[in-house]
Amino acid sequence: MSPADWGIAASAIVLIAFVNWFFLGKQDRPVAATAAAPDGVVDVLIRVEGGYTPSIIEVPAGARVRMTLDRREDNPCSDEIVIPDFNIRNPVAAYAKTIVEFTATPGRHEFSCGMGMLHGAIIGK
Amino acid sequence: MNSTPDTPAATRITLPVDGMTCAACQANVQRALTATAGVTRANVNLMTHEATVHYDSAATTPEKLVAAINDTGYVSRLPDPNADATVADQAREQEQRRDYNAVRTKAIVSLILGAAAMIVSMPLMSGSHAAHSGDVFLRWTMRFDEPVRSAFPFLYAIDPFRVLLALFVATTLVMTWAGRHFYVRAWKGLRHRAADMNTLIAIGTGAAYLYSLSATFAPHWFAAAGTRPDVYYEAVIIIIGLVLVGNAMEARAKTETTQALRQLARLQPSSARIRRNGQEQDVPIASVQHGDIIIVRPGERIPVDGVVTHGSGAVDESMLTGESMPVEKIAGARVIGATVNQSGALEIEATTLGQASTLARIVTLMKEAQGSQAPIQRLADRISAVFVPVVLSIAITTFAAWMIFTEPASLGASLTAAVAVLIIACPCAMGLAVPTAVMVASGRGAAAGVLIKGGEPLERLAGIDTVVFDKTGTLTEGLPKVVDSWIAADQDRDAALGWIASVESKSEHPLARAIVAFAGSRDLAVADSVGALAGKGVAATVDGHHVIVGTAALLTESGVDTAAMTTQVEAWSKDARTVVAAAIDGKVAAAFAIADTLRPNAKDVVASLTRRGLRVVMLSGDRQATAEAIGRQVGIGEVIAEVLPDGKVDAIRSLQRNDHHVAMIGDGLNDAPALAQADIGMAMASGTDIATEAASVTLMRNDLASVEHAIVLARKTMNTMKQNLFWAFAYNVVGIPIAAGVLYPAFGILLSPILASAAMAFSSVSVVSNSLRLRGVSLS
Repeated sequence: MSPADWGIAASAIVLIAFVNWFFLGKQDRPVAATAAAPDGVVDVLIRVEGGYTPSIIEVPAGARVRMTLDRREDNPCSDEIVIPDFNIRNPVAAYAKTIVEFTATPGRHEFSCGMGMLHGAIIGK
Repeated sequence: MNSTPDTPAATRITLPVDGMTCAACQANVQRALTATAGVTRANVNLMTHEATVHYDSAATTPEKLVAAINDTGYVSRLPDPNADATVADQAREQEQRRDYNAVRTKAIVSLILGAAAMIVSMPLMSGSHAAHSGDVFLRWTMRFDEPVRSAFPFLYAIDPFRVLLALFVATTLVMTWAGRHFYVRAWKGLRHRAADMNTLIAIGTGAAYLYSLSATFAPHWFAAAGTRPDVYYEAVIIIIGLVLVGNAMEARAKTETTQALRQLARLQPSSARIRRNGQEQDVPIASVQHGDIIIVRPGERIPVDGVVTHGSGAVDESMLTGESMPVEKIAGARVIGATVNQSGALEIEATTLGQASTLARIVTLMKEAQGSQAPIQRLADRISAVFVPVVLSIAITTFAAWMIFTEPASLGASLTAAVAVLIIACPCAMGLAVPTAVMVASGRGAAAGVLIKGGEPLERLAGIDTVVFDKTGTLTEGLPKVVDSWIAADQDRDAALGWIASVESKSEHPLARAIVAFAGSRDLAVADSVGALAGKGVAATVDGHHVIVGTAALLTESGVDTAAMTTQVEAWSKDARTVVAAAIDGKVAAAFAIADTLRPNAKDVVASLTRRGLRVVMLSGDRQATAEAIGRQVGIGEVIAEVLPDGKVDAIRSLQRNDHHVAMIGDGLNDAPALAQADIGMAMASGTDIATEAASVTLMRNDLASVEHAIVLARKTMNTMKQNLFWAFAYNVVGIPIAAGVLYPAFGILLSPILASAAMAFSSVSVVSNSLRLRGVSLS
């Protein structure tokens, strides 16, 4: 292999490392949500646009959670919200707010888009 | 989701509230509602502009709640409960149709432009390496070099740079118009460090475009590097076109997977004709109250669950139970909202409303079922999560390997291979493999009256090897009937039966009712001085005759000579019949053999299940002899008898030993613990009781054949899921290496990005189409 080839190989390795770090090394800080509504329901507002913001939400364990998904795109990837632990697979309307309600049991409950490409989690604490 | 049924008096309603802009408005409305008499709880949501009110329907009405909100200055109105759902549904459908049409137009225009671009590019490729390239598609297109040359000779005379300019303009237009969303979405994802299918397409086509751009405007760079300045404009256009075709087809197929649920949700009528204060009036369904009398004319849909108070008619329940024969309803019969009264006028008292109604619960159940995940999906999910970064890594490796190992190194060939890898990779097929099958299967099940609570139960149901039937009420009708009778030779049959029946008509005992039913409709004389004889029978005086009805032992104890019937009674007892005897004026008069009769198709269903390789077991609280007699009749060899209700759980547990997977079929009420213990609990729905908690499968149709339907559906669905997953995995596992060029060194075969995009477009469509096949699957 010529020096140029070594250069190409090294650049490829660096690029691969970067790609994997960029997409998989993401660590979102959890955002805590508490009951603000008078009925004791925990309101969680999530923006859906190229991902979920915030993506990790802490709620009091056992609380009724009202999750409002504010979807600001029509990318079919975020057409649905899936929360397997609560048997939820709901359509999420484009450019609108969609509400899903569930009772957060203790532990980490992953949620994702219909095809499992966009991710987030509800943590019952 | 909360599907706890409200009790009849405690009702919940969601009302729209317009005009709220801030938390103070929200508080105002909330205060007003809470202050209204009869309201137990009110939640006002500022974000959705809705108020959810729990109220006592005896103390207030939805109309009063609306008035209370309107008094605050904000605007509410009585919701048409489905109108909202239907309107939203229709809006979504319209939007989907619009999207579909837009995407289709873009796809068609892109493909036409792509074809034109290919023809125009012919002169550029002519005489180049293309004819001898490893790229199968490119080699194939070069066959058209000669025909194009003779058809459009002028193309070969134009200045190549002008052709390049034209291609550049066309590609830029297609990318910014038809393919714009790929780049916008990929960019939005990148900002969140998230990647999906758009990322792959955007990077793939983007790289090819930038390369072509450089080749067009700075060919000297390539000359300096010793590479030909090839362009890939036509590939970019065609890739976008083909991916759009795939998107459009996938979107269309996906909406079909939830068709059954949408059809079900639309069944609910929006208004009801009720009689209040002697006046008939049409009212919105939301204002129907518990206890209202509803008039249903022939041909109309029954608006709510209720009990027939007047009239009779044949009701078509096929939409909920899958049973095609109409069911005759008379006064006292339960009817289910959304079924159709085919003949005869009915008056119905409303019993269950709103979210507690049968239809609403079926819809909720199905929504949850379709939202549930099957365990088999987990692997696919784990792969999807890392899919895009892994594919990007493979593409980078492909590019580097081509640059390093081909001699002379060709930037164009390396880029082509890397782009093909990005384009062929398809995470969508993997994501769609299982959920689409679950959706279609739950719809197919509902159409046949089989409600399965989700992907996991479906999967478990497919894996069961033992089927346990509860005897009473499941294998049998659950209604004792007189199956044989004996009347003493010295008795007048009609008179004796009449007297016995009139004594028994005073009793609520199931055996007594069986005898009354057997005696048929006759004018019964009034029985006087009826006395119950401690669990053994009754004695009374009818028309001046002293009549005793009860066990044979009771008659003997009362000093009656029972010798005349002994032979008959012994024969019946051997067949596990229950015997009831009667004496009139101290002489033995009659005896009846009573048994719970088998359901008509019980034997066929058991035989059919056995043929499918399932071990069939019967569970019964009856005496061993009785249970075994029923077992013989129905063809079940394995009988577990004399089981107390709490012993059923142990019985199931012992059947589960040695890794056996057990399905238990019971009535959902008495058998709840056993249903919960079994791997799969199937409840035969009785009347409107569908949401049996303990059961993961509810059989809406009062028919044992549904058991087999459920098992067949689960097994076929499981097959579909496996086929889908295999195809989705195999497609990527085989497709990506070929695109990267692993076949090139040995066979000289390369996959062009154009073929890759065609493969990708159809891989997810094929998965959804395979799931849709379940709609028409035969369940028997």
